Amino acid sequence: MSRARPRAKDRVDDHRARRELPPAIHYLNAEYGIWSWLFTRDHKRIALLYLFSITCFFALGGLFAVAIRLELATPAGDLVSSDVYNRLFTMHGIVMIFFFLIPSIPATLGNFLIPMMVGARDLAFPKLNLLSWYLFNIGGLLMLWTVLHGGVDTGWTFYTPFSTRYATTYVTEAALGIFISGFSSILTGLNFIVTIHRMRAPGLTWGRLPLFVWSHYATSLVIVLGTPVVAITLLLVAAERVFRIGIFDPAIGGDPVLFQHMFWFYSHPAVYIMVLPSMGVVSEIVATFAHKPVFGYRVVAVASLAIALLGFLVWGHHMFVSGQSALAALAFSLLSMMVAVPSAIKVFNWTATLYRGSIAWDTPLLYAMGFIGLFTMGGLTGVMVATLGIDIHVHDTYFVVAHFHYIMVGGALMGFLGGLHYWWPKITGRLYPRFWSRLSALIVFVGFNITFLPQFVLGYQGMPRRYHAYPAEMQVLNVMSSAGATILGLGYVIPLIYLLWSMRYGERASDNPWGSAGFEWATSSPPPTENFHETPVIDRGPYGYPHSEGVPGGLDALPGEQESGSLGLGGAPPGFGPGGAGGVSGV
Amino acid sequence: MSAGPTGVLSPPPEASDIAPRVDSLFGFTLVYSVFFTLLIAGLLFAFGLKYRRGRQTGEVARSRRASAWLEIVWSVVPLGIMLITYGWGARVYLDMARPPAGADEYFVVARQWMWKVQHPEGPREINELHVPVGRAIKLTMTSEDVIHSFYVPAFRMKMDVLPNRTTTEWFRAKKPGVYHLFCAEYCGTNHSAMIGRVVVMEPLDYERWLSGGGAEQKPVDRGEAAFLLQPWVRDMPQARHGRARAILTGLFRAGRCSSRRAGRWWRTTPMCGESILLPAAKVVKGYSAIMPPTRGASPGRTCCSSSPREVDGTGRREGR
Repeated sequence: MSRARPRAKDRVDDHRARRELPPAIHYLNAEYGIWSWLFTRDHKRIALLYLFSITCFFALGGLFAVAIRLELATPAGDLVSSDVYNRLFTMHGIVMIFFFLIPSIPATLGNFLIPMMVGARDLAFPKLNLLSWYLFNIGGLLMLWTVLHGGVDTGWTFYTPFSTRYATTYVTEAALGIFISGFSSILTGLNFIVTIHRMRAPGLTWGRLPLFVWSHYATSLVIVLGTPVVAITLLLVAAERVFRIGIFDPAIGGDPVLFQHMFWFYSHPAVYIMVLPSMGVVSEIVATFAHKPVFGYRVVAVASLAIALLGFLVWGHHMFVSGQSALAALAFSLLSMMVAVPSAIKVFNWTATLYRGSIAWDTPLLYAMGFIGLFTMGGLTGVMVATLGIDIHVHDTYFVVAHFHYIMVGGALMGFLGGLHYWWPKITGRLYPRFWSRLSALIVFVGFNITFLPQFVLGYQGMPRRYHAYPAEMQVLNVMSSAGATILGLGYVIPLIYLLWSMRYGERASDNPWGSAGFEWATSSPPPTENFHETPVIDRGPYGYPHSEGVPGGLDALPGEQESGSLGLGGAPPGFGPGGAGGVSGV
Repeated sequence: MSAGPTGVLSPPPEASDIAPRVDSLFGFTLVYSVFFTLLIAGLLFAFGLKYRRGRQTGEVARSRRASAWLEIVWSVVPLGIMLITYGWGARVYLDMARPPAGADEYFVVARQWMWKVQHPEGPREINELHVPVGRAIKLTMTSEDVIHSFYVPAFRMKMDVLPNRTTTEWFRAKKPGVYHLFCAEYCGTNHSAMIGRVVVMEPLDYERWLSGGGAEQKPVDRGEAAFLLQPWVRDMPQARHGRARAILTGLFRAGRCSSRRAGRWWRTTPMCGESILLPAAKVVKGYSAIMPPTRGASPGRTCCSSSPREVDGTGRREGR
């Protein structure tokens, strides 16, 4: 790529600079030893602790997925018994949703970046932040304990009365595990809200917040308002199992559908907890690699809030065939479709951002493009399942399975991987191999589609979800799906290897290797413990690229390389940091 | 049997009045979904290639008015499409949800892991539903334990079956044939075995079936038919020829049971009956005791009053 040459030169200069100066003190080498990590209150270190934890859970959930796809390679339930299979898909769902996807972006990238993006030294409550990691792990260990004792077989949805009366597995323990880790979500969400409200740097108005922060703000609102509801619900499930109080079990006076209302009131917005942060990541990546401000910044920010709000009003679409009234079904169907409007707006805005940009096809952009494509498909099939006439047929089939994997894996996970690749140089101060990272992005995209596209067809043909054995005529597509899962698995293993490798052997990254105008790139890579040596003063939006100001010919000059902008914090883009262009003043 | 879809990519058979309407609605959403997916993918690639770094034209971004106009277009166009889809979907749904007056009422009772059906004329079936073509049929359903869901893909209809209350669904079959019946709501260990078939018959055949063909079937034949429908039996080559005895011959004498006495079971105790009532009493080596005991039945009565040879369907040859 044409961009490689100036960047390589930049890196050489950087190396030379580093050799002359004493080694920089940053958050990674400021302190050493296990206790400096376990008792850290630095949001960046806590983010890495979270990254470690969720990677372990992702690997575990992935192993369950491997077993599921192996079993489904043949129509007969012959690899594992029905009971084992039921536990496999239940644990896959619980681990992936509650212990990977929900904390994935907010607790790692959000934790790391939000203070930097608002120009703060840390989150508002650093100790709560550390506590949240411990709570997460306590919940996670409880979940591991249930896995080691045979797991849970209720499905991740814990539908009553099966979960409260008939299941003989460790439902109470699993529910408590989720309950405890729910508090870690709440603490993280609370921390973000307070930080974004109270700790913005001078000059950083709401209209100048990066879209990543906006999307996390919306996410945090959903977390803080929704998580207590699922916590209460699961507590009631545990109470009903242990004390036989009749809340959900009709045999003792309860109502099983009440459980579904309470569960989905959180668990539908939970989808937006997973995908909104991803949208924030994509906004940042698209702006940086198109070298342009995000098209329609305000609209995209408001769309995040609209999605968060509407997300609370659509839970009934999980219950179209549960026996709820036709009137309720009609209302929930309409509201569900309304979510498609802000989602579509976002997709079109990202696409328009690329128009007349200066586009570098680096790995993060590949993931972001993958996100946009897969999220579009997930969203459009979401409209299908929100359509009453269609949903009655495809409800609880593989069509739904495919749809939510397009949103959660194709959307949330692609965004997470894209974000990880985008901010990796900032987090570790190292670059990863370009070839392998691009290749693995491609493998993930291809593998994902081979895995989940056939499941749409299977679902429309009527294959119900959570089936251990299925009719023989559906084998071809299932084998295809299993084969795709193998490719997808490979696509996840490669980044794990080269990212770990790069932490020690990777080329040193400059402070702003992508030439981004984002605030977080204005500090060094890796950043010092206090993020910025001086509190920055901000007088521009987060996407101040020369292009946007109509500077002709300014496209090839990265902000960090521009003479007017090279002052201040380690190659700060214009308008950011002391002494930057545009009349900024240091504090 | 034409129970499921015939081709790898084909939809399930359209065996009810509502099925083609669901398919056209789905086709409509599919068309615009493919269109927008290709549009977005095409634009991403086109912009990505045309404006890739290093070959710049140096033009500036669009003016403010143009962007406001664009934002409105891509908010209103999806909204319009949503509303059309919604209206169409709601029409189809309302016709699905409201059974016509005078529909024949069948009763369905679900339990872990079987479907029990009672016809308005009286006959009862398990894991099967025989219906005549062309009649509106309303199922009134309830569950004895957990939530199940009565799903017939060929009819494009599904409804949860709940304990302690009734739900209904209705259909009008339009094509004779045999179709899949699935439980679509996860209900425990044998969820994926809680399946059966819906047999749609010409009215005359249905009358014949009612008046003896099916309802008055001998227990032996009924047992054999039910056995052949089991998911783990269905795909055996012998099952395709409809011969249960080819599969079962030898099995009952094999006697590799964990119990010491078990070798003599078929002479001393009616193991078949015992296994139905108390399945954990004797368990074949290498298998775990997963069958739930039959509730509410006592040995020597009800289903087990007939001798094991009738129940196992091979009795004609296997008698002691």
